[in-house]
Amino acid sequence: MAKWNQKDLLGLENLSSEQIELILSTAESFREISTRGIKKVPTLRGKTVVNLFYEPSTRTRVSFEIAAKRLSADVININTETSSVKKGETLIDTGLSIQALKADVIVVRHNASGAAAMLARHVDISVVNAGDGWHEHPTQALLDIFTLKQKLGHIKGLKVSIVGDIAHSRVARSNIWGLTKLGAEVTVCAPELLIPPEIEKMGVSVTSSIERALAGADAVNVLRMQFERDTDTAFPKQLEYFRNFAITEERLKKAKKDIIVMHPGPINRGTEISSAVADGKNSVILDQVTNGIAIRMAVLFLISQARRAQ
Amino acid sequence: MPFKNIREIMNGQSIENALTRISHEIIEHNTDTSEIAIVGIRTRGEYLANRLVAIIENMKGVKLPLGLLDITLYRDDLMHAHSQPVVHETKIDFDISKKNIILVDDVLYTGRTIRAALDAFIDFGRPKSIQLAVLVDRGHRELPIRADYVGKNIPTSQKETVIVKLDEIDKQEQVLVQEQR
Repeated sequence: MAKWNQKDLLGLENLSSEQIELILSTAESFREISTRGIKKVPTLRGKTVVNLFYEPSTRTRVSFEIAAKRLSADVININTETSSVKKGETLIDTGLSIQALKADVIVVRHNASGAAAMLARHVDISVVNAGDGWHEHPTQALLDIFTLKQKLGHIKGLKVSIVGDIAHSRVARSNIWGLTKLGAEVTVCAPELLIPPEIEKMGVSVTSSIERALAGADAVNVLRMQFERDTDTAFPKQLEYFRNFAITEERLKKAKKDIIVMHPGPINRGTEISSAVADGKNSVILDQVTNGIAIRMAVLFLISQARRAQ
Repeated sequence: MPFKNIREIMNGQSIENALTRISHEIIEHNTDTSEIAIVGIRTRGEYLANRLVAIIENMKGVKLPLGLLDITLYRDDLMHAHSQPVVHETKIDFDISKKNIILVDDVLYTGRTIRAALDAFIDFGRPKSIQLAVLVDRGHRELPIRADYVGKNIPTSQKETVIVKLDEIDKQEQVLVQEQR
């Protein structure tokens, strides 16, 4: 079995398939803890985890907080809106302060690609990337892959389509790295202007036809249209997007009967996915939320172990 | 491997005899079999627990509930361990209240594994009692813990290692004591 020897989790690009498998199998064992009457183990007792979020997030932050608490760590949430960040403190200075407070792990979300990696270079404590710009969101991809594996038993050979704003999506990028490393065939599907140039070099097929993306796919991962980033004209209007790309019951009729529909949330009903599909039998959206806890527990456990060993 | 003075302490037959005797003692000590449940501590305690359940089923015609406990997350040396521990699943899918729990492990040494197992177990509720069955008690306790059922007491020095090999995982049946060179 692979060893985990990194103090940080910054992305899936630099992980081996064995390391990804190790996180998945560790998470498998952690899943049971959340089903107990007393949902807590003492593993990270006395450790402090700081959630440092420069972008709004409910799901990811709460998921990390619950994961840390179920491992008995103490959790501090720093809201950058009400912190010294407002007064102009840099990410590195904030990180060094958190280190000086003797915290053990920083979970960071930032709107700049590479922010987590830069922070990790400047502090000795562990850093977990909870999303950096358009770059990576590794725990989201891990929980997506974990959910797929739970439902279908394996990843190798699966046909997975990722639909939506590929250009601006860290979830897409992390999923592509993780899925291709584990041997899945990945197709990305978006309006042409939202497909980044040279994405084929990541080992994926590209299409702008939603019908083609769904045909024969074992799973479809539906991304949220990030209309809050709607600063350029590349963005289609909501209604236009729904007509051409939304996952609807109509479109699923032509797909595999048991195709798995995933969405990293928050979902915009009637934009990228219809309500009927989001709540339908193919949807595993809420399983993804549940599985996020086990994945984040596994990540916090593995990086804490590695830091001790160093 | 850098070992010397390797001696065989138990063979397949003596392991089987010890487990049969322990099964008798468990039944004798807990007269109401409906209240007994067996819980193996991973890794080798799991296989020993399986065997105890099978032996008692043969003797009394009742299949006792069987649980598996992984204590990795409760270890007090977790953050010091040099080798990276692998977390396995804990599986206890019966109600433990009103049960006499027989915890099963292969070797009783410092008592720290059992301390961790007791902590882990208490998180599942409040059993009527917890009893401890081990294949080998090698002494050198560091905590006030003792076994209720012992396959074999083996006096050892702290330089020695006790190796339990079971068919299910090691493809042989043997208990060895060896000394590090």
